[in-house]
Amino acid sequence: MELRCKNLLSIGDLAPEEITLILDTAGSMKEVSERDIKKVPTLRGKTVINLFFEPSTRTRTSFEIAGKRLSADVINITAGSSSVVKGETLRDTGENLQAMHPDLIVVRHSCAGAPKILADALPAAIINAGDGAHEHPTQALLDAFTMRERTGRLAGLKVAIIGDITHSRVARSNIFLLNMMGAQVRVSGPQTMVPRFIESLGVAFVPSLIDAVRDVDVIMMLRIQRERQNQSLFPSVREYSRFFGLSSDVLRHARPDVLVMHPGPVNRGIEMSAEVMDGPASIILDQVTNGVAVRMALMYLLIGK
Amino acid sequence: MDTSDIDRTLNRIAFELWEHNRGAETFAFIGIRRRGVTIANRLARKLQEFTGVRIPVGALDITLYRDDLSEIASHPVLKKTEIPFPIKGTKIYLCDDVMYTGRTIRAALDGIHDLGRPEAIRLVVLIDRGHRELPIQPDYTGRNITTAKQERVEVQLEEDDGIDQAFITGGA
Amino acid sequence: MALLIKNGRVIDPASKTDALLDVLVEGGKIIELGAKIAAGGGTEILDAAGLLVVPGLIDMHTHLREPGHEYKETIRTGARAAAAGGFTSIVCMANTNPVNDSASVTNFILQQAKTQACVNVYPVGALTRELQGEALSEYGDMKAAGIIALSDDGKTVKSAEVMRRCLEYAKTFSLPVICHCEDSDLAGRGVMHEGMVSTRLGMRGIAPAAEELIVAREITLADWVGHPVHIAHASTAGSVRIIREAKARGVAVTAETAPHYFTLTDEEVSSFDTATKVNPPLRRLQDVVEIKKALQDGTIDAIASDHAPHSTLEKDVEFDNAAFGMIGLETSLPLALALVDEGVLTLSQAIEKYTVNPAGILKIEKGRIAAGWDADITIIDPDCEYVLEKARLYSKSSNSPFLGRHLKGRAAFTIIAGSIVYPFAD
Repeated sequence: MELRCKNLLSIGDLAPEEITLILDTAGSMKEVSERDIKKVPTLRGKTVINLFFEPSTRTRTSFEIAGKRLSADVINITAGSSSVVKGETLRDTGENLQAMHPDLIVVRHSCAGAPKILADALPAAIINAGDGAHEHPTQALLDAFTMRERTGRLAGLKVAIIGDITHSRVARSNIFLLNMMGAQVRVSGPQTMVPRFIESLGVAFVPSLIDAVRDVDVIMMLRIQRERQNQSLFPSVREYSRFFGLSSDVLRHARPDVLVMHPGPVNRGIEMSAEVMDGPASIILDQVTNGVAVRMALMYLLIGK
Repeated sequence: MDTSDIDRTLNRIAFELWEHNRGAETFAFIGIRRRGVTIANRLARKLQEFTGVRIPVGALDITLYRDDLSEIASHPVLKKTEIPFPIKGTKIYLCDDVMYTGRTIRAALDGIHDLGRPEAIRLVVLIDRGHRELPIQPDYTGRNITTAKQERVEVQLEEDDGIDQAFITGGA
Repeated sequence: MALLIKNGRVIDPASKTDALLDVLVEGGKIIELGAKIAAGGGTEILDAAGLLVVPGLIDMHTHLREPGHEYKETIRTGARAAAAGGFTSIVCMANTNPVNDSASVTNFILQQAKTQACVNVYPVGALTRELQGEALSEYGDMKAAGIIALSDDGKTVKSAEVMRRCLEYAKTFSLPVICHCEDSDLAGRGVMHEGMVSTRLGMRGIAPAAEELIVAREITLADWVGHPVHIAHASTAGSVRIIREAKARGVAVTAETAPHYFTLTDEEVSSFDTATKVNPPLRRLQDVVEIKKALQDGTIDAIASDHAPHSTLEKDVEFDNAAFGMIGLETSLPLALALVDEGVLTLSQAIEKYTVNPAGILKIEKGRIAAGWDADITIIDPDCEYVLEKARLYSKSSNSPFLGRHLKGRAAFTIIAGSIVYPFAD
């Protein structure tokens, strides 16, 4: 079985069977990461470039480790945050890189649609590692892998995504993937940070946090960014954590077997209390481990031939 | 080969193995997915019947070690490697159904060494059809046959395919 | 030399003429219209059989980028694009560099137009100095230099108090005021319409309220001051509703829309093609429907392209960073003719939006085919079907979302002061 697409820019590039293929392949890749010698020669001689226009340690490291475990040559480039500032257009940067014949370019950029510019211009395979608030498909894939690993399924799963939905590419990709795989998604958060038309994406908006966490299989908390306070999106961190943060008190209204997830990095004490974060429901570290396996699977399926 | 041929051949191999290992070091089977695993399981079962000793069996997926990934049309389905015993210090009997160019075995040798350093590796194949491209030879062979390069040797086993048989297809 | 246009279907909305007539032109003026005019000696004959003969089209909203951004467009190239699009008169906005907020810049533009432009160019002067929305510019001086109207287009005058003073001062000089309606705070860093598509794409949206608030504001101020306002590029159902209600009350307001607002929706932005990035943004289907109804019932008086050339420097970048705007002089007419094909407008109504209506708003003596009027005439081939190709554009820029699309209808001849300007001799 194959992936039909040359690139992974958004979840919409994949069909449900392809998502299943990626998750199954990731399962086998996970085993490689559990050996003493965490390396297989599959992508030997392939060149992977991590082109990150936005700072990110964890995602970049995850892709780097994934590539290296498959024996690829991985190069990290942290470019200036705006091509306008640098004076070189994104397409020019891409074409210069193409001259080094990369097989795969992993791109993170603050502008929606930026990876598509590269995908349209270059023969290399492109993975979107996050473009503005648009999508972060590998995050959704690793989240789905983690959910499936823990519960045995995706279809029929009830998932609550809570926080700054408007600015979250993690929320969008997860919504698209979970809907495609038959899960049921609800979102919650302050009205300033949930788009007016969010239900047109096929999710339910549940304004009350307590109602949102009731009777779901998975609670996915999103990161709040401090600068949103200056944009009049929430008045204070104190208020946010009190009314929209996941504390043990709130968790008591959820099912006892509920799973708590977060794409990271977590603002301890703000969107999640320390107890919840370190508690038994949290599978945040699993997400990180699985991130490497899922990215290995994706690299293998996109350029492993 | 038919059902009884295969069974007789595996019995013979099992006895040979036991002869050479009687009383001595621990050993284990590793089968190359998919049918190599079936063969390894059968050999282990037969040895348990004859001797009462439980021999561990592991399964090795060599997809990630193939040297021809860029030439094949589509990705083979990846299955997990599952080895429930330590490689280090173990004498390993590597099992496969058909040996041909030797490249699969080379990939398997690399795969095993990435997991640890075995005491020794011995190669068991049900059918050797010749046409080596690498200097690797089996230690235990079920049957040697002559084939033309364009022919295919198919092995079917009950656990995988519902029936035990081996036959040659294609050819001039 | 006289010119006789024969056998064409003459449509003059002002006189409700729609008939097969000949038109005789001489000395830059229309001499007569008649059923079968005999050609005198030395008269050039233009056979317009199967074609529409209409008053020279007026585009009352373009950006010619000169002075300052000549790499995107010049008065010369913009005029050629206009002529190729069937326009005999165009109005150019003041957001040049330097801004046209003084007689000296107005003089420069008019001088360039005189020597370089093959169509009539009417400059608009800025309402406030440097479009900063703070200090009045010299309306009297600019009017004497030749501006035809005032506008800070590209921006809205932020302070309602300053806008009130602009309207009062414009009233002093009887200058029409054209309003770009956008509350910049509410619009924020939005790049497309705020709706289901922007939610799906994760792009910052511009709420329709950003336009509607200022439409309501300008109309309220116009009513209070007693000076008409003209709403530029109306794009939302809400704006249309506010304008309709104001007109029903008798407020002196007129409005224009651009062809992309009755042709494209925000779905187009899904491709991240920067040619679809425009301000006001492409709206929902419901808005497109309401814009068409407003054209039909006269709520919207004029169609103006808001021709906004940008080079690859501004457009071949990430969507967020791309400049707003699309060229439109060469696609305006076929898109309006599509409305006729759809049954939204009659041919006469469509032509009206480009002729007698804008001429009335701008108070210029154009937009009619009648004896004694200027011989600015557009001859349209309504049935010609073609694919819009970059190589065939006369504009210096090519930022149009219609490239590669099928269009129907185009100008066959553009005649200004009795001379055939398009097709070009060169």
